[in-house]
Amino acid sequence: MIGAAYAIPDILAFVVAALMILAGAIGVLAVRNPVHAALSLILTLFGVAVAFVAQSADFLAVVQIIVYAGAIVVLFLFVIMFLGVDRTDPVRVEPLVGQRALAGVGVVVTIGGLVALLASSHWVTGAIAVSTSGHPTPGGAGNVRAVGTAVFTTYLFAFEATAALLIIAVVGAVLLARRERRMDREGEA
Amino acid sequence: MMLASVVDPIYAHGLTLAVVVIVLVRMLVGFAVLMGAVTIMIWFERKAISDMQSRLGPTRWGPFGLFQTLADGLKLIVKEDLVPAEADRFTYKLAPYLSLIPALVTFAIVPVGGTVHIAGHPVTLQIANPPVGVLLMLAMSGISVYGVVLAGWASGSKYPLMSAVRASAQMISYEAALGMTIVTVVLATGSLSTQSIVAAQAHGIWHWNLIRLGVVPFVVFLIAITAELNRPPFDVVEAETELVGGFHTEYSSFRFGVFYLAEFMNTITMSAVIVTLFLGGPAGWVPNVPHLRWVFPILWFLIKTVFFAFSYIWFRAALPRFRYDQLMDLGWKRLIPLSLGWMLIVAGFLIKMSWGFLMAALVILAWTLLSRTVTIGERRLEGADSLLPAVGERPLPGRVLRAFTDREGE
Repeated sequence: MIGAAYAIPDILAFVVAALMILAGAIGVLAVRNPVHAALSLILTLFGVAVAFVAQSADFLAVVQIIVYAGAIVVLFLFVIMFLGVDRTDPVRVEPLVGQRALAGVGVVVTIGGLVALLASSHWVTGAIAVSTSGHPTPGGAGNVRAVGTAVFTTYLFAFEATAALLIIAVVGAVLLARRERRMDREGEA
Repeated sequence: MMLASVVDPIYAHGLTLAVVVIVLVRMLVGFAVLMGAVTIMIWFERKAISDMQSRLGPTRWGPFGLFQTLADGLKLIVKEDLVPAEADRFTYKLAPYLSLIPALVTFAIVPVGGTVHIAGHPVTLQIANPPVGVLLMLAMSGISVYGVVLAGWASGSKYPLMSAVRASAQMISYEAALGMTIVTVVLATGSLSTQSIVAAQAHGIWHWNLIRLGVVPFVVFLIAITAELNRPPFDVVEAETELVGGFHTEYSSFRFGVFYLAEFMNTITMSAVIVTLFLGGPAGWVPNVPHLRWVFPILWFLIKTVFFAFSYIWFRAALPRFRYDQLMDLGWKRLIPLSLGWMLIVAGFLIKMSWGFLMAALVILAWTLLSRTVTIGERRLEGADSLLPAVGERPLPGRVLRAFTDREGE
């Protein structure tokens, strides 16, 4: 059923996007310099944007680039540069006791969950609109409308709750940062 | 294919060889025109600035020094290419192209003229008309931040790094106001595509977004885009008096040329984007001349774009540079609330008159509250019970301590 939906351009787009995502993701982990890791992350985000376009979700693709590549990773870079942690960090020390063992358990659980999901659901194939049973998402203005309707009707509560959560996080961060600086100044003097 | 046929009439009758050739030629012509425009823009800027400062400017090469840019470009290409020893080589070499490519891509969505017929095919004078339209411009301006930030960081040098830090904060801050004004335009048009935005403004000057949305979004957009371009008076990123040359201090030869090119290309592209969003793009009076009717929209577009390109030069000559804290104040405390409030008012009026007035009242209330908050905050910074020394004054350790301890004692 899914196999019939293949076309050469679809496969090409999927392969390119998948390679970008994988190369970027491996880069984030393997590269030692934090700025290079951030660059790899951008590559991954672009790969995901390409995958979105291949699924004719153009609006999501552009928003992905504007929000993640255009704002969030720039802020990562800002922090990396501002704090001057642009050299390698020692990874030998374990900040939390038993962190590595827990991480291992987390990896196993995540992979197991993914495999279980894939066994009962569709594999990632690059075929268009597997989840909407073959009907492609409406392009152009319809695309924006589909996303907008979903966000502001079906998922309104989740959307607003996320917004509130982000505001709380920002206010909390500002509060913590300010208090810390005062104590620093007093400690210095 | 189905998607493209909705967007561009040229694909309506299938993808023949002629269509492919026309699309490729359109792309090449767009590229060549932009490159030519950049050459002229650089000359124009130098001449206009010279004139405003009672100098002569370039005079040697060609009539009125017209070929100065070509001579400079040639000189830059044959100069020695240096990579600093402390540089991060890969990122250092990547950064110039991250500046240049967004400038090129953004121009692709600008409709330069109406539709012409070539060999029976309707050809829109626009390189691409993606359904996401203006959002592509926002995405590209998000990417162009990386050119500046990575160049500054990768140079492995002090001043470029400071410039990079400034750039990342500045460009992110103004992107918010920029996005909000674009939302206002998109709300009024009901479409993201630049072609539709221009079409909605085609019926006379009263339909231009400049007037239809009230002048506020246009002003906010103009200020925000100037900051986004790092052009004076918002050029703290390359403030010569503070940071040598800013992010491209360590760059030389061809790579410096690429940055230079990108900067001017961005200026032209953004002038064109302003014209598209707020001044109807190619809209204007078309006299009934046989066979030449298609020329006039292009002329109108050019006139409007040159006007904005000139006003950027004028800003540079007339306005002193903002201090960094003033820049941030303007962005966060004025432009973002203003554009957000105006967007809500426009959205209200689009639904119903009464909703519009309600929104306006709410926005005025919120604005009053906000300005009160800002005043209280500023008094704490600068007034009698200030915690911090005045801006520009170096804090003495004793004074800071006293200010804090006094405060704790209250």
